[in-house]
Amino acid sequence: MVAGTLGQFREIVGEDGLISQPEQLHTYECDGLTNFRVLPEAVLLPTSTAQVQAILRLCHKEKIPFVARGSGTGLSGGALPVKGGIVISLARMNRILEIDIPNARVVVEPGVMNLSVTQAVASHGYFYAPDPSSQQVCSIGGNVAENSGGAHCLKYGFTTTHVLGLEVVLPDGSLVHLGGRTLDHPGYDLCGVFVGSEGTLGIATKIILRIVKRPEVVQTLLAAFHSTNEAGAAVSGIIAAGVLPAAVEMMDNLAIQAAEAAVHANYPNCGGLLLVELDGPAAEVEHLMARVKEICTACAAWEIRLAQSDEERAIFWKGRKAAFAAVGRISPNYIVQDGVIPRTALPQVLSEIDRLSAEFGLRVANVFHAGDGNLHPLILYDRSIEGQEHKAEKLASRILELCIEAGGSITGEHGVGEEKKGFMSAMFAEPDLDTMQRVRCAFDPEQLSNPTKVFPRPRLCAEKTGPYEPHPLETSGVAQFF
Amino acid sequence: MAQSLEPAMKQMTAPPREEIAAIVGAANIRSATQADQVDGVLPGIVVEPGTQEELGKVLACASRAGLAVIPRGSGTKIGWGNPPRRADLVLSTARLNGILEHAWGDMTATVQAGCKVAQFQRTLAEHGQRLALDPLWPERATIGGILASNDSGALRARFGSLRDLIIGVTLALADGTLARSGGKVVKNVAGYDLPKLAAGSLGTLGVIAEAVFRLHPLPHEARSLSFTASSFKILSSLADRIRDSRLAYSCLQLRAESNGEPSLDVAFEGTRAGLDAQEKQLRQLAEKAAPKDPANCWNAREALWNEGDAKVVAAFSVLPTQIAEFCAALGSAGAAQKLTWKVVAQAIGVGQLSLGVSSEDALMAALEGLRANAETLGGTLVALRCSHALKSRFNIWGAPSDSAALMRHVKAQLDPGQVLSPGRFVGGI
Repeated sequence: MVAGTLGQFREIVGEDGLISQPEQLHTYECDGLTNFRVLPEAVLLPTSTAQVQAILRLCHKEKIPFVARGSGTGLSGGALPVKGGIVISLARMNRILEIDIPNARVVVEPGVMNLSVTQAVASHGYFYAPDPSSQQVCSIGGNVAENSGGAHCLKYGFTTTHVLGLEVVLPDGSLVHLGGRTLDHPGYDLCGVFVGSEGTLGIATKIILRIVKRPEVVQTLLAAFHSTNEAGAAVSGIIAAGVLPAAVEMMDNLAIQAAEAAVHANYPNCGGLLLVELDGPAAEVEHLMARVKEICTACAAWEIRLAQSDEERAIFWKGRKAAFAAVGRISPNYIVQDGVIPRTALPQVLSEIDRLSAEFGLRVANVFHAGDGNLHPLILYDRSIEGQEHKAEKLASRILELCIEAGGSITGEHGVGEEKKGFMSAMFAEPDLDTMQRVRCAFDPEQLSNPTKVFPRPRLCAEKTGPYEPHPLETSGVAQFF
Repeated sequence: MAQSLEPAMKQMTAPPREEIAAIVGAANIRSATQADQVDGVLPGIVVEPGTQEELGKVLACASRAGLAVIPRGSGTKIGWGNPPRRADLVLSTARLNGILEHAWGDMTATVQAGCKVAQFQRTLAEHGQRLALDPLWPERATIGGILASNDSGALRARFGSLRDLIIGVTLALADGTLARSGGKVVKNVAGYDLPKLAAGSLGTLGVIAEAVFRLHPLPHEARSLSFTASSFKILSSLADRIRDSRLAYSCLQLRAESNGEPSLDVAFEGTRAGLDAQEKQLRQLAEKAAPKDPANCWNAREALWNEGDAKVVAAFSVLPTQIAEFCAALGSAGAAQKLTWKVVAQAIGVGQLSLGVSSEDALMAALEGLRANAETLGGTLVALRCSHALKSRFNIWGAPSDSAALMRHVKAQLDPGQVLSPGRFVGGI
């Protein structure tokens, strides 16, 4: 980057808002997906919407690509810098701007931590529903980019359900408001399009959230089964009985062992563990929990515990929420995969994962949001053994292929980012991707906002829009897009 | 601004009718009649493709020939929006009406656009499930139509609107491209969330060919309770207290009219024990209100449309706590213009209102006053049923927001030739 441009950036954000020393830039070279690393040209830490606008205007003028970054906890490389580009960290835009309890709205800047929103409204009996496992450290801006989920989205919905409006700086520096405090703003639901767009459409600088009243009671049940198949049958039974739990989580034996080693949640040493949480009016929950117990018993659960206090409930959850990191206790390295399958495909997909695990000679620990079929297989390997990392990556890919074959998705909550863009062509046909890219062109014709992410190949926005036409080499079967 | 969107006038080539007939079969193309008018504009032909592929080919053909295409389901809401600038071809989804899959174990279903809502619900009910949505005229309204018009009812309080229920969509774009987005699983963040873009786009971005929904179980039991009081204000503050309580209601609705008592309606769904407990809590909260018969209260929105003297029907959106203020303004407008009115509001802050027979000037004055009031409160007002004469004077959508240019860019990307429903949408899109 030319010194003059750096100087202009410095003028916008001030000396302490600019990082350009290589040793400091290393902090920003990756996000939670650490096997991809790119050193940015500079990192900017704006403190206001006006500064973000000024930065993007300059980027637009000089054709400098930029990547917005929240807390950098993402697991798909969404906040990975792009070569020759800058990183815009929203960490200093971290104010809660407004709390409107009577209307259940909270307005925040993107750098506010997820859990801070709940903490700010808890005394009024409200909470912010999306609860990714990283909620203590992940930012709302990052949640918006990734459309983050969490254990309780089965009942409460994802980030997109709870984002009513956005102030967005478009890649040319202009400011738009999408959605708002009230519902049904006339026009296209561009707020809905922006959420989950992984930073490719611009930068959200203000977010209007909806908060939810705490239910009267919350009950959490832990049930131990001999196998994940039995546990899976119980999940199907619960759903078939017309019960919509707040959360249903499943762990297999390897994941349980890891969690035990890390946080001593006192889980039974079983083949398949279920956590089922119900919330709502006391009388309702009482009745339905009895039904859930019956179903678990009918599916051969050999131990059932109902948390007797909030503390016990917290311990039940601690093991689950710590599961990813806990795997580090039983393996030097691991890959966290994120795939989705229709819930009913669970038994066949799990047995196929078992088979692949044996074939590759690598252990796979399974942690799932079982209610919505979101799998998080953790592939254990040792980087110091030559070739094992490559093998692990290959196994991770095979698992994603299984998800696609089962009619599912390559990502339920971690995003496509850098990691999975190659799989988009396996999940979507070329015209599908092309249509998404047309939408991108409407927001970012110069492709400056987190370019090279999500889509397998860039699309020239200036090119004539029209139906997708395969290259003659494709038609003749000589070449194929991956 | 809208004018600049018009594509260069294309010379109409040889009549594309033969070409289209060859795609869909001669039996599925006919000349339009007066009944096919689109808000006063008479199209030339009505085409009913039988497959998505035919749909795509018809669109591509119409695009090449420079025809303006109006997608249509049953036509129950065809009068919503501005009159189209042009309408040459009505693209009916009547034959694309299949329920392709009900994966009841996964609580999802895939359905074609032309399927009637009630038909869809009946099929889902066979396995104790439903699309948790109560749109207008479900026996006639189609899935594609409710999606395009983003219609929802009282169940929205608990289950959200279409944007929260749709998980996948297949759109046929003007150039014939068939594009899928989303998927068949509830949790999925791969690619852009175009199902949300389709919802509420009023046939201006593409023809919705197929949609995938997440489903909910039919409730074990349901119970409705209604209350009245000497003033609307008492009921609206009761609604505020209910929203702030731990009651798990499925619907919470406020009603008022120029010649009648106001009402508050609540629906609970769940187990008998849960309903009993919640009813008791609600009755304690509602001590200042008088119970009344809840019969037909969930048909109130439809009744508002169906009454013969409802000359104007408008949708409004304000913050939940501002419903009372907005409805007070409605009462004042009614008194000032000497017209009857009715309102059915959902306590989440959205509602529909009707204005009775009156002079155009009086209706115009009332609408302008109400729009100004809603906008002062940070909300919006969109006129849905409205005479042509009024539409020419009153901007039914309201002034474009700062995202209007971006919306036009989206339109230009997906429908560069302005083929689909030209002019019907916000800002003349």
